[in-house]
Amino acid sequence: MRSERIGRPSLGLKLAALGGIMFLHVPLGFIILYAFSTEERSYQFPPPDLTLDWFAVAWGREDIWAAIGLSVQVALVATAIALVLGTLFAAALFRWRHFGRDTLTLLVILPIALPGIITGISLRSAYGLAGIDFSVWTIVIGHATFCVVVVYNNVIARLRRSSPSMFEASMDLGADSFQTFRYVVLPNIASALLAGGMLAFALSFDEVIVTTFTSGQQQTLPIWMLSELIRPRQRPVTNVVACFVIAVTFIPILIAYYLTRDTHDVSGMGK
Amino acid sequence: MTASATAIPRLPDDSWPRRISRVLFAHPGLLLFLLIAPPLAWLGIIYLGSLFAFLAHSLFSIDGFTGQIVYEVSLDTFDRLLTAANLDVIARTVLMATAVTLTDAAIAFPIAYYAARYASPRAKAFFYLAVMLPLWSSYLVRVYAWKLVLAREGIIPWAAEQLHLTWLLEAVLGIPVIGGATLSTSYIGTWVVFCYIWLPFMILPIQASLERVPRTLVEASADLGAHGGTTFRKVILPLALPGVVAGSIFTFSLTLGDYIIPGIIGSSRPFIGQVVQSLQGTAGDIPLAAAFSVVPILVMAIYLTIAKRLGAFNAL
Repeated sequence: MRSERIGRPSLGLKLAALGGIMFLHVPLGFIILYAFSTEERSYQFPPPDLTLDWFAVAWGREDIWAAIGLSVQVALVATAIALVLGTLFAAALFRWRHFGRDTLTLLVILPIALPGIITGISLRSAYGLAGIDFSVWTIVIGHATFCVVVVYNNVIARLRRSSPSMFEASMDLGADSFQTFRYVVLPNIASALLAGGMLAFALSFDEVIVTTFTSGQQQTLPIWMLSELIRPRQRPVTNVVACFVIAVTFIPILIAYYLTRDTHDVSGMGK
Repeated sequence: MTASATAIPRLPDDSWPRRISRVLFAHPGLLLFLLIAPPLAWLGIIYLGSLFAFLAHSLFSIDGFTGQIVYEVSLDTFDRLLTAANLDVIARTVLMATAVTLTDAAIAFPIAYYAARYASPRAKAFFYLAVMLPLWSSYLVRVYAWKLVLAREGIIPWAAEQLHLTWLLEAVLGIPVIGGATLSTSYIGTWVVFCYIWLPFMILPIQASLERVPRTLVEASADLGAHGGTTFRKVILPLALPGVVAGSIFTFSLTLGDYIIPGIIGSSRPFIGQVVQSLQGTAGDIPLAAAFSVVPILVMAIYLTIAKRLGAFNAL
């Protein structure tokens, strides 16, 4: 009911809000535009001419496919680990009545609260000390560590809104703990799990800072892109890949939003 | 029970699931332990373990002759940290983080204010998605976008030429210290990109805190004779402040530790993250890298203590 709102927004406020939103989105539009540019050596604006050729070139590049494959693989495994650990942590903290609750919460937030470079170097030197060689798994360990918090946030928000009496009623009606989990708890948190999983996937798929320290020769897609940014070869190809990344991350985020839109518990705090 | 619902079988009392169930019910502590053990082991051993092992290196020193780490506790490394050049790096990074935080607060507030107080439910959903999408979309892609905008032959110089404002761009680039040869090799460029990348982290908490301001309070203020501006300054702003502080935690901390943005867009003068990276990599000086890493952690600890006093944690 708009009439109930006090006053009307001033023109200045409207313009400032709109300008802010434009500031967030216009640069992404340029990424898409440059994917069609015929100029490959500089970022000349406006592009001299437009072409669809770069999509074909990108399609034929083996290194891009390898990077995408590795990124998907890492993101899937990291998300699976984060789903298990994040749900367990949320379930435990939901019932936690002892001291140290704040410390435990801090522990799960810390991997995204501290700069990624510190997490990355710490893991790298730990691998070095333990004599672990770099592999897909060293990347997965880093990613899973900071993905736990996303799942945790979504699950604990859902648990806090569900009524504990429902779980008690299930037990009173003769279900054991496993049945209560399977038939009462799980359906309750399912969409939160899906949303948390999607966000964890997007987070892992996009991560670059920790990955630079925990990968050896392997290139995930962001690492590939970083090397293209530092030493550009065919610039429009990088743009084609960037368009692909935009599409791949937007879709899970939109789905996650619609899954949790009534509750607004897609806690996007921290990356 | 409705006709369509299938009954879930009740297992015999001596079956394993029911036995385990009974034990867990009788010992809630055991259940809690089983729940928390796996994530606690992962975060506590793998994460905290490596973190402390790395930071502990700041107490060791490096042998200047052999380049080997000397495992004896001393403050030598912190002594090396406090040279004029390193203090410069720290001051530069903290100043940048402050500038980015203030700018983001100024840009974010109108967006959050409009979305929280004037937007219809549909518009609110639009604003929410408009903020969430960039927040979760690729960090590198968004940094790359600014390379296109700020480059010498890029969009801003082109726009300046079309508007006959090249003299203005050159005047801005001519400002000592923050200027440079092009926007993408100046502090101005770094600052713009930092502001852009972290902006969503500022909008969300401000909007959350503004939405919690009771409408009755605003009405009461108007009833008592305060006009719009006074109500804003005396009622809304103080109540929104925890949200601003909460957002500033993110913008400040993320700027302190980032090394990719100033590496891609900025002058050659390094920030903390870049120094840590090169010390760890090419220089192989892990003790000094660890000592440098302690700096943002310390700065954030101080910052969080102040933020807690201002009630920022309730706004998260």
